[in-house]
Amino acid sequence: MAVTATEIKPIKIGDRRSTEDRAFRGLTRAAGLTTFLILVLIGIFLLWQAIPAFRSQGISFFTNTGWQTSGAHPKFGVASALTGTIIISVIALIVAIPVSIACALFINEYAPLKVLGFIPIKNFLTAAVDLMAAVPSIIYGMWGFFVLQPHMTGLSTWLTSYLGFIPFFKDSAVTNTSSLFICGVIVGIMCMPIITSLCREVFSLTPNGEREGAMSLGASRARVIRDVVFPFSKGGMIGSIMLGLGRALGEAIAVAVIISLAFPLQFHILSEGGNSIAALIATQWGSGGSLGTSALLAAGLVLFVLTLIINMVASRIVNKSLADRR
Amino acid sequence: MTTELGPLTPDDVDDVLDDLSEEAPEPTARPLKRIKPREFKTSDIGVLALSGLSSFSIVWILFTQLTLLSGPLGFVVMWLPVFLGLYWFVNRQLFNRQVAVDRLIGSIVTVGAILMMMPLVLLTVFVFQRGLPQLTWHALFSTQQGVVYTPGSHNIGGVKHALIGTIEQVLIAAVIGVPAAVLTAIFINEVGGRFTKSVRTVVTAMSGTPAIVAGVFIYSLWVIPFGYSGFAGALALAIILLPTITRGTEEVLKVVHNDLREASIALAAPEWRTVWSVVLPTARSGLITSILLGIAVAIGETAPLIMTIFGSQVMNSNPFSQPQAALSLLAYKQIKLPIQSQIDLGYTSALVLFIMVFAVFILARLLSSSLSRKGGGKSKRSILSYTRWTPASAMERQDEGPETEFELEMEPLPPDSGERDQR
Repeated sequence: MAVTATEIKPIKIGDRRSTEDRAFRGLTRAAGLTTFLILVLIGIFLLWQAIPAFRSQGISFFTNTGWQTSGAHPKFGVASALTGTIIISVIALIVAIPVSIACALFINEYAPLKVLGFIPIKNFLTAAVDLMAAVPSIIYGMWGFFVLQPHMTGLSTWLTSYLGFIPFFKDSAVTNTSSLFICGVIVGIMCMPIITSLCREVFSLTPNGEREGAMSLGASRARVIRDVVFPFSKGGMIGSIMLGLGRALGEAIAVAVIISLAFPLQFHILSEGGNSIAALIATQWGSGGSLGTSALLAAGLVLFVLTLIINMVASRIVNKSLADRR
Repeated sequence: MTTELGPLTPDDVDDVLDDLSEEAPEPTARPLKRIKPREFKTSDIGVLALSGLSSFSIVWILFTQLTLLSGPLGFVVMWLPVFLGLYWFVNRQLFNRQVAVDRLIGSIVTVGAILMMMPLVLLTVFVFQRGLPQLTWHALFSTQQGVVYTPGSHNIGGVKHALIGTIEQVLIAAVIGVPAAVLTAIFINEVGGRFTKSVRTVVTAMSGTPAIVAGVFIYSLWVIPFGYSGFAGALALAIILLPTITRGTEEVLKVVHNDLREASIALAAPEWRTVWSVVLPTARSGLITSILLGIAVAIGETAPLIMTIFGSQVMNSNPFSQPQAALSLLAYKQIKLPIQSQIDLGYTSALVLFIMVFAVFILARLLSSSLSRKGGGKSKRSILSYTRWTPASAMERQDEGPETEFELEMEPLPPDSGERDQR
């Protein structure tokens, strides 16, 4: 059957979108703007609720170390919580960075596809790293408290007795359980899967031409890593470490389970007692009356702003390094 | 000035032919020794084992006999650097610098991978070891109501109220969060516009926001006017779900080939139809994977629940009023308590939580592997690459389109449809 020209007319394309399409675009745009709105609302609501706390303490909210929110003369501040958060995050990164980068390199550069001919080690490791990222933080906290901590005290004791001349390792308390050090190690373990999986992605972007060029010049695998993989991945590595730092700063439950909350400034990382913003909110919630709640919300605002800045900088670094690569 | 070449004589030709007919002489001068740092012979296994053994002995003498280091963890921490140093030194003596450095880096990297896996293995063993003895049908299907915890008693109550609470909260969070997340991802990837870039930045920033901040936000937004409820917890979980699933969906949508979109547009499909009937079905399994992974993370979240659902010891199946319990929150509250049977309930709760997260994770993993098999049997991508910032997926999108069949379910246009767009 011959198709004649009269049977099929070309569809005329209008320059206006149909009503359904405009509704569709409006809906998706609304969803996009909702995320924007949520972020702004978080800032506004926390600030609004934190006003009583800021009004009570003024600028000394950032320099006070105690947490006395009830009574005639409330005196509280986030100084010790803020320093505790930063110390825990630094320890976490010291623990996490070497292990994560080594593991990412192993998965990407060293792991054979199959071990002994049948174990798909590469896929297995990738899946295990993903699973580690999904394990609830309460389980990390419990494991750290009940299993890791008894094993760590020996190391802590050894560090205090032989390296105690370094100020950080001095022991000022009777015991060395529930210390910032142990929290830092656990939080570091929790950051490892994030940093590993991001670093792995970054390493896998190393251009094959350069890699093969180095190998054909006789470079060993170690040299390929040092002279090809690392230079290409520098920006991405820094970015993924900063995203790991973001998680370390905001970890509440694992720290809250392990630490014994103490409000004086604590720089002796091996001694019992410490503080962190997220753990402070988790453990002090519901105590201290309305001013106490307001003070905790103010602490939450500080944490929110801190992580927001870190994440913004991290994603900028990452995007920039990717743009250079293209 | 040129050198004069005499005419070619027959003798010269013979010389050349003789040269050619001879076998190429073996190069007798110093043969180049090939460096094969990757070569690993049986004797090298011996070197590895002996370095391990002697470093073990050194650490044992130095740190347990002379300086009284206690604890296996401390021992391992001291043993590793000594082993690595010794292994490097031995290879340096036996071979050359290059081989030694390569082997050193190789062993550091392998040790890193082992160290990475250790917590996961120990953690799993720990959760099952402590939780499994108490995990009975009774513990699953009863609540804490009326249970009196006394020292020495073995009645730990049950986790039913927490299980119901977790399921309800996560489901409500998914109902709120998943459509919003998918629509946001469609906005970023398919619709576009002036705000695309800033929305993407905001989503990245939100995915890094601590969970506890989501909790205190919902507290000031919802709990202050309406009181503690499961729904408030679900709202907080939705805020945590949203950026995770948005990032994942966005990455999955990027992988969909542009040809498919163009084909659909060429058939005069409206934009929503292109997304609904072409893009989303093509990305189906990746989409489900990223949604499931976001849900797995939400199931385990504890911090935001403290200030939203508050926790409860009795059954409350109505998520819209009164405090509710949740598995993670129950575990957190119980393990801080002094009596052993209370702590045991915390272990049980943590085990049930772990099994739930693990089940959802395995489901997500299976779906993603079926996706990558369709894509031509490439090695599996990390599931995290569906949920977080991934440079690789952006670079791969040109060559890693999954082959999926899709149907463009469109009615044939009636002949007079040409007027349709002239409204």
